[in-house]
Amino acid sequence: MEEDNKINNEVVSEYTLRGILKEVLSYKAGVASLIILLFFLGITIYTVVAFPYSEAIREWNSSSAHLKKPRNAVPVWWGLFSGKNLPRNIDVTFNSNESNPIHKEFSFTYDDFPTEINIFFKAKYSGDPPIVKIYWEKPDGERMLLEEHTIRSEEDTLYLSNNFSLENRLSTDIASKIGKPIDFSITVPRALFMKYSDKLEVLKGDYKITLDTKFANKNDSLSGELVIYGKLYGIAGTDHLRRPIQIALLWGTPLDLSFGLGASLSITFLELIIASISGWFGGITDSIIQRLTEIYMVLPFLPIMIMISLFYKLSIWSLLFVVIILSIFGSGIKTTRAMVLQVKNLPYIEAAQAYGASNWRIIFLYIIPKILPPVIPNLVASVPVYVFLEAILALFGVLDPTQPTWGRVLEDAFQNGALYKGYVYWVIIPSALLILTAISFSLLGFVLDRIVNPKLKEL
Amino acid sequence: MKFIIKRVLTLFLTVLIAVYLTIVIANAGGYVDKIAENEIRTNIVMAMKDNPNFRNLSTEEQKRFLEDRVQHELKKRGLDMPFPIRSLYHLKNAMVLNLGRAMYMTSDSGSTLVKSIILERLPVTVLLFTTATVINFLLTLFLGLRLSRRYGSFWDKLVISLSPSSVIPGWFYGIFLIMIFYSWFHILPSGGLVDYPPPSGTISYFLSVLKHMVLPLTSWIIASLFLGIYQNRTFFLIYSTEDYVEVAKAKGLSPRQIEYRYILRPSLPPIITSFALSVISSWTGAIVTEFIFNWPGLGQTMSQAISYFDAPVIVGVTVIYAYLLTITILILDIVYAIIDPRMRIQG
Repeated sequence: MEEDNKINNEVVSEYTLRGILKEVLSYKAGVASLIILLFFLGITIYTVVAFPYSEAIREWNSSSAHLKKPRNAVPVWWGLFSGKNLPRNIDVTFNSNESNPIHKEFSFTYDDFPTEINIFFKAKYSGDPPIVKIYWEKPDGERMLLEEHTIRSEEDTLYLSNNFSLENRLSTDIASKIGKPIDFSITVPRALFMKYSDKLEVLKGDYKITLDTKFANKNDSLSGELVIYGKLYGIAGTDHLRRPIQIALLWGTPLDLSFGLGASLSITFLELIIASISGWFGGITDSIIQRLTEIYMVLPFLPIMIMISLFYKLSIWSLLFVVIILSIFGSGIKTTRAMVLQVKNLPYIEAAQAYGASNWRIIFLYIIPKILPPVIPNLVASVPVYVFLEAILALFGVLDPTQPTWGRVLEDAFQNGALYKGYVYWVIIPSALLILTAISFSLLGFVLDRIVNPKLKEL
Repeated sequence: MKFIIKRVLTLFLTVLIAVYLTIVIANAGGYVDKIAENEIRTNIVMAMKDNPNFRNLSTEEQKRFLEDRVQHELKKRGLDMPFPIRSLYHLKNAMVLNLGRAMYMTSDSGSTLVKSIILERLPVTVLLFTTATVINFLLTLFLGLRLSRRYGSFWDKLVISLSPSSVIPGWFYGIFLIMIFYSWFHILPSGGLVDYPPPSGTISYFLSVLKHMVLPLTSWIIASLFLGIYQNRTFFLIYSTEDYVEVAKAKGLSPRQIEYRYILRPSLPPIITSFALSVISSWTGAIVTEFIFNWPGLGQTMSQAISYFDAPVIVGVTVIYAYLLTITILILDIVYAIIDPRMRIQG
């Protein structure tokens, strides 16, 4: 009696979630895939809880939210591999209410030059605008006048690094100071932070900036921020529009995975139902469904997908619907139907017919549960196909451009020549996420396949 | 022969329905109607330009006359009918590859006919992807056969553990290959068909094309190699345990004879089926791969048409793809009939 129970338990355990999990964990590949999936689950939960979607969309599509972030900066951890201490952003705030002229000091100890230097002014004035003189003092005590700037509006930005007359003035000045021919060009950030030698080197130490403002009225004031743009930002860097790529990667995780899971789940189940109907009813129903699958075989899936998403401007969720419609009569029907034909003649189905079960009852309660286990591995393994489909559609630029997804990041990188200009991080990080997804689902599918088809274990 | 005729007929019907579906989908946005109307308008404008009688008319009158003629022509061709009837006209046009004129794109020879744009690009696509699939087929077949003999060896285990790499599509490997061999080592071109300017001699032109094919081919082969070998090896293992193989062994046939006569021959049909599926998926995969590698074939035409929003070209490429898939299936059916005698009898 006890022994009987034990055997029963073992057989049943295969079908409980816990039993399957235990079996999956007995494979190394299973452990690896579950670890990766847990990692994605963690990202998803973190993103959904800590970073609301509406906020992410707004930040991703806003052109003004990222003005103070560096353009095309590499991730902070990426910088460690360069062997150099790459500059980070330096923000220096100032306010004329504290003192006038304003003196601000900051230290610069990085091995590389900053990318840009901007000053964001906020002025309050009535009548004539304030005029500000900007002085720069290097650690070796050299002091120079950079610019005499008349404030143009209450919010004004001075793009020091885009100022060509300043660049020309500084470079002729520096060329005469060095006195030797040099083989590099002098930009404003280089001029302000370099040692005067024929080799391009950063002068480390404490820098000083002085803002001497002439106000027309006593009550006028000037405040603002000096931003010295670095080359490092966040965990995934920034793109050509200074947007932190991590926004798209974080929200891309739930969006891409739910697109992939949604597509493969619904397509597999619909195919299962259609194949069961085809196999069970036979006759005309069967041949219509079979002819439909043949037509679907010559329907060019990707061109039609591209055509639809381009002509009708669909969001990712309507597109998911189109993907499902265009795939439900796919090649999976043929193999599933073959299984249905085998199951159809089993005694328990005859028994069900004998007690008067309806056709639909037999299909949904007797046939589908029976052929479900062998289909599950395919379901899991086909998730990456649809995740990559999202990336393909994004690459062609036919997806809703406001939605931050992994494919979108790849498309931006591609359009802006990241492959050729050496912005490797911009391609590698989203690609790594795609590869991790692909590998984890396919390994899990592989393991599940071995569990439900024990014959495979021998080969 | 009877089998082939029957297959051609069914496939013709299938492609007819597939193309019709494409038209219905495209025309829900009115694009196909617009393509037909543009075609008519261009023809009338051309005719009016050639006819000296119209030069004396004022622009106002010319415009009115043009509109009249366009409406008249639309009526004559039945394009003022409700959509179900109108769509048959579109269907006939698409089936005979009368795909209208492109809105912005031109072929290299300067023609704006969608048909000539597509026919010019098609051979380039066929060149790359037929080469890729044939190399793949042969590689996976022979490596699979070799591996099935060394079942359980180090190489066998290596291939099994590398087989999940095939979930990553070929174009995705392409991105990495470009980064490694173009951006990093600078030894292979990042894309295109030939060097610019194209070399003048035939041999150097051929070599230049070959050089440009290396990366796209490699990306496709990496993407399906390990899974392909693994699948074929499994097939061969299954067939090598059959009784007739044991008998052949007992008869004292050489391993080579056993392999080719008793293992390869019966396992070919399922292998050909999976080959067929890979060819079909290669046609779609081609679109992305050509986009990544800037390969001037059909797929790149599609991506250019998308960026110009050139509706006639997009519909045209889709129709051509339906044809390509049908022809692929037909060829594989015939191959199937040759290698599997049962099919001929059934047909």
